[in-house]
Amino acid sequence: MNEKKSTPLMHITKRKELPWYKTWTIRLAAILLAFVACAIVTMFLTGDNPVQVYSTMFYGAFGTPRKRWILGQEVAILLCVSLALTPAFRMRFWNLGGEGQILIGGLACAACMILLGDKIPNALLMLLMFVTSVAAGAIWAMIPALCKAKWGTNETLFTLMMNYVATQLVAYYIIIWEVPKGSGKIGIINQNTNAGWLPQVGPSKYFLNILIVAILTIIVYIYMTYSKQGYEIAVVGESENTARYVGIRVERVIVRTLIVSGALCGLAGFLLVAGTNHTITTTIANGRGFTAVMVAWLAKFNPLAMIFSSLLLVFFGQGASEISTVFGLNQSFGDILTGIVLFFIIGCEFFINYQLHFRKSAKKEGV
Amino acid sequence: MDRSSVAVKMRGITKTFGSIVANDKVDLDIRRGEILALLGENGSGKTTLMNMLSGIYYPDSGSIFIDDKEVSISSPREAFRYGIGMIHQHFKLVDVLTAAENIVLGLKEGKKLDLEEAGRKIRKICDTYGFEVDPKQKIYDMSVSQKQTVEIVKVLYRGADILILDEPTAVLTPQETDKLFAVLRNMRNDGKAIVIITHKMHEVEALSDRVAVLRKGAYIGEMMTRETNAQEMTNMMVGRSVSLNIDRPDPVNPKPRIEVKDLTVRSQDGILKLDHVSFTARSGEILGIAGISGSGQKELLESIAGLQPVEEGSISFVDDGGKKTELIGKDPREISSMGVALSFVPEDRLGMGLVGSMDLTDNMMLRSYRKGGMVFADRKSPKALAQKVVDELEVSTPGLSIPVRRLSGGNVQKVLVGREISSAPMVLLTAYAVRGLDINSSYVIYNLLNQQKQRGVSVIYVGEDLDVLLELCDRILVLCGGKVSGIVDGKDAQKNEIGLMMTKIKGGSTDE
Repeated sequence: MNEKKSTPLMHITKRKELPWYKTWTIRLAAILLAFVACAIVTMFLTGDNPVQVYSTMFYGAFGTPRKRWILGQEVAILLCVSLALTPAFRMRFWNLGGEGQILIGGLACAACMILLGDKIPNALLMLLMFVTSVAAGAIWAMIPALCKAKWGTNETLFTLMMNYVATQLVAYYIIIWEVPKGSGKIGIINQNTNAGWLPQVGPSKYFLNILIVAILTIIVYIYMTYSKQGYEIAVVGESENTARYVGIRVERVIVRTLIVSGALCGLAGFLLVAGTNHTITTTIANGRGFTAVMVAWLAKFNPLAMIFSSLLLVFFGQGASEISTVFGLNQSFGDILTGIVLFFIIGCEFFINYQLHFRKSAKKEGV
Repeated sequence: MDRSSVAVKMRGITKTFGSIVANDKVDLDIRRGEILALLGENGSGKTTLMNMLSGIYYPDSGSIFIDDKEVSISSPREAFRYGIGMIHQHFKLVDVLTAAENIVLGLKEGKKLDLEEAGRKIRKICDTYGFEVDPKQKIYDMSVSQKQTVEIVKVLYRGADILILDEPTAVLTPQETDKLFAVLRNMRNDGKAIVIITHKMHEVEALSDRVAVLRKGAYIGEMMTRETNAQEMTNMMVGRSVSLNIDRPDPVNPKPRIEVKDLTVRSQDGILKLDHVSFTARSGEILGIAGISGSGQKELLESIAGLQPVEEGSISFVDDGGKKTELIGKDPREISSMGVALSFVPEDRLGMGLVGSMDLTDNMMLRSYRKGGMVFADRKSPKALAQKVVDELEVSTPGLSIPVRRLSGGNVQKVLVGREISSAPMVLLTAYAVRGLDINSSYVIYNLLNQQKQRGVSVIYVGEDLDVLLELCDRILVLCGGKVSGIVDGKDAQKNEIGLMMTKIKGGSTDE
């Protein structure tokens, strides 16, 4: 053993708890770095001027009042789905069935509009639409929850499979209700009478959706943070053994929480069909059930922080579609940029928790 | 080789984890041909220091010399190159492989795997030091002490001559401990350097040649074992003088409180865990439960607490008026709503008794959150309770809103016990209440249990340290493979007698 003492090039240690302003400085720096990285990638791959690309993205998201309302509406729906997933995720129940729960909620809503439109008073119709949508979403989430509680089935696969069932159900009813026959789609429901359409409140037709989701955000925040049920959800999520030990009926909590989760997804379906689109298609959920997973994780399941994470993702989505039309790039390029930004945001958490020590040159200490 | 040459010199070793300084400029010498006992309370940095020697952590600053050459140990593989081997508290063996396969695992010697040759080498090591290992036996067929032997042989096989053992006796019976000590002495006489980390003073006195003491990450001093005594060592560890006697006040007016009759429990895989266990726990006394780990202690306590499905038998709670209430078939919530004040300090503190990621207040809430209004949970009284527990039990914590996982083992246990006794229980079940706790924290717990006993609580204390069981408990029930092998009086029982009772009835599986 005659070799010289070699110190490893670097080693990693856990950091002290950083004050909040430092963690936010790190996060901000990460986002700035992400933009630099995106700029380099943009220049390298497309040869376009990155500053122009960014300003186009910004214009695409915030450029006109109409674009701003659309952005708000998109944020609201995505946020609604993220809020729906929150209680389940806090309980470590990986509900990947948001997509299906939205669809089935939307289908229930559309069914009411088509079958009962103009046959019963509008107020009653809307109440019925609301109740059936929420109930449909709840049932759709409750099925995997019951199986998990009773037989310990894997919720990730089960909820995922329920998405396909929901999509096929919607496809089936679209054929039954298609207008005009043979078109393969339903078209705008009750276009002449507007029966079952959510009324316009305030400055835009999207305002009501945004308002509802804003209120919902606060309710979910309070539910998760201060209520007994929210506390039970947290305990079950952290340790089922502890939950049993203090007499929490774990199975009941699982089912109850998933009813809440599914109901809120159903609500998102209701808002999409009755408030925004006035029709139903198999793609009406548009991947939000999955995007919301990311929104919730980025915000560490804090409902208030989800406002920002959903805004970030929607901003990139809207911006990307704008650059794809202006620069003739396809939509995928926007996804690449989103991916880079997410990588930096998630990666910076490492630097918040850990510190790297590099080898100091010529380290000599007394013997 | 020079018999008392210094094998390892550690100088100015500092290691921090975030804001916690685990080791602060520690100097330590480890000599060949000597058994060094490393002493210190929980969180004093013993394991961290040894982990740096065995390549698991890398020091922030300081130097390590092996045979007077400065070295840098950045991985366990390098540690082996320098002849350093560590036997951890939790064994790192592959269950489905044989002893020999585990021992050669990860080694690259020769072109092909030669288990016959390995077997011969293993037998040679065993003969030299007096081990008993069958190279062809599978790990899952082994008792805890056999597994430990495999770990030690594994380290020796790799040519280690500096051995570190982290609390090796925590899981052993007295007889097995004696065997281990004999082997360690043989290795010392062979010129190996041995470091043993332990909390048990009588083991330090029986085994070690020299002791080194750490306190709060700093090196306090060292001395020859024969020139010191348990009292002095303890005072050095704690930093002030402590009394080492455990009180055993006489039970006042004991009355039957918990009657267990013919309790039979099977695990989920159908293995018999408890076999017609019957006993009575009385108010105002501490009933100790002794046994090799995995003899049914966990199932017994969890059956009483309403957490374990029971095959047959009865468990009844007897109140002061003699009225009996059957507990089997009730969950913890139903038991408490029937007015049976039962508290339970489970073995798995962070996995069952507490929620590791929640703070002190939220953990206090576990027992009380159902009280009060309909929708919202009351956080004020749990907060007050958390403060009270922190003050009365001297929990060292930066605040009430820190996740309990970040506290040291002793403080975690104080939080758990503090919460459980705050509800004025009539029955208090404790499983390994002082496992992994240092002397100071252990005595805090013993005192708390004695206070509860004097309040008239029926305390059931599942323990592993027979010396403590004999000093603390009024009666001791000995379990062996799920059966009661006897109940003895704490005052006049002998340690050896209990040790034999723990292994006497050979039925079912007695290992983990």
